Amino acid sequence: MTAVRIEFDEPKCVAAGQCAMVAPDVFDQRDDDGVAVVLDDTPGPGQHEVVREAAAVCPAAAIHLIES
Amino acid sequence: MPHPYPTAREPRCPFAPAPEIRDMPPLAQVEIWDGSTPWFITRHADQRALLNDPRLSIDEKRPGYPHMTRSRAAGAPHHPPLITNTDPPEHTRLRRTVNAPFMVKRIEALRPRIQRVLDDLIDEMLAGPRPADLVQAIALPVPTVVITEILGAPYADRELFQTASHVLVSHDTTPEESAEAGGRLGAYLGRLLQQKMAAPGDDVISEMAAKVKTGEMTAPEAVTMASAILIAGHETSASMISLGTLALLRNPDQLELLRSRSGDPRFVAGTVEELLRYLTIVHTGIRRIADADIGLHGQVIRAGDGVVFELAGANYDPAEFPDPMRLDLTRPARQHHAFGYGAHQCLGQSLARVELQVVFSTLYRRIPALALAVPFEEVEFAMEGVAYGLRALPVTW
Repeated sequence: MTAVRIEFDEPKCVAAGQCAMVAPDVFDQRDDDGVAVVLDDTPGPGQHEVVREAAAVCPAAAIHLIES
Repeated sequence: MPHPYPTAREPRCPFAPAPEIRDMPPLAQVEIWDGSTPWFITRHADQRALLNDPRLSIDEKRPGYPHMTRSRAAGAPHHPPLITNTDPPEHTRLRRTVNAPFMVKRIEALRPRIQRVLDDLIDEMLAGPRPADLVQAIALPVPTVVITEILGAPYADRELFQTASHVLVSHDTTPEESAEAGGRLGAYLGRLLQQKMAAPGDDVISEMAAKVKTGEMTAPEAVTMASAILIAGHETSASMISLGTLALLRNPDQLELLRSRSGDPRFVAGTVEELLRYLTIVHTGIRRIADADIGLHGQVIRAGDGVVFELAGANYDPAEFPDPMRLDLTRPARQHHAFGYGAHQCLGQSLARVELQVVFSTLYRRIPALALAVPFEEVEFAMEGVAYGLRALPVTW
């Protein structure tokens, strides 16, 4: 079974929030400035598809997935 | 000879970019208004790589920057540091100070209010005479009501800022007209900022007023930011609503599909992404200047060269979107570049998405007989702005 670990490069984050829109169970935004927060860096298989989409749509390329 | 840019867009469905743009090699050059010949990037993969490349700068004050218009070039030296003219890390800091109102959570919380605004406008249109102009009845008021409520600007003042912002985004505007309209809008928002400093409300100008008080932001920065939010926040969404409706009326099978699945939020969200791709309303390119030499497709973009990214090129790139001329609401389209890409991607994109999701899930369900009231050839397009749109959309039902 594939495991997915999320590496989030916070200094690059421009707080566009697209990850939180696509995968709200895995990403949130900090209240004061909207910077992304990873709620679960090793999400279960049910989240893999939306997490891949979140990484793909991140405009700052700040989300990297390590798949094993 | 480099092709002149921006190119005239064909005022017809599928609203695709001009053939001469679609047929260009991946790295081309175009000639812009001042006679300069910036590089021109049209492929999705190249845009993705370069729009996050620190060797490209958005610093509009640098000589050689490929400005969009003469007015923009004239205004550039006078702008304070903004999210639209700074690179990371300064850009990152500035964007984080203005980002909070556009967070997904806060925008999602507005969804019921946006729905009510739309429902009331539809009731009003249905109670009025036929045909009606969908631009004035629905497309323009929905985003205008919403952005004025977010900012805390009275809706009654809309004529002032609608006129001023139309002048500011038009390509036909002289530098003098642009300075006058900018001054008028700035003075209006400056007064509003002062009022909110004295009597704050639950809105974005009040939030900025609080930051001005603590020194986190200067008053001119707050006014410039509020102008940008107001300008970017209504005409673009209005264009997407009217053009999207026109595109769906021209593709009845897709309209039927949307109507039958308008209760499915995932389908509606996908519809909005595909319409954003298909319409790509921003048709003047996004602009950068090279900070260092960059090799691409066997050529070299030299430090100091201007670079223009044609968003519709990426959104009609068959390598990314097979059969791009087809409006296909079932297509995964979220990776489109309609909002740009990279650190400067549209600040208000979540708001635009929610507004469009509400409109496209409601309008055709509530008015199943919606139809054009004039032949398609008589629908008048507005091509002079940063984004294109419709002057009017006469509809009946």
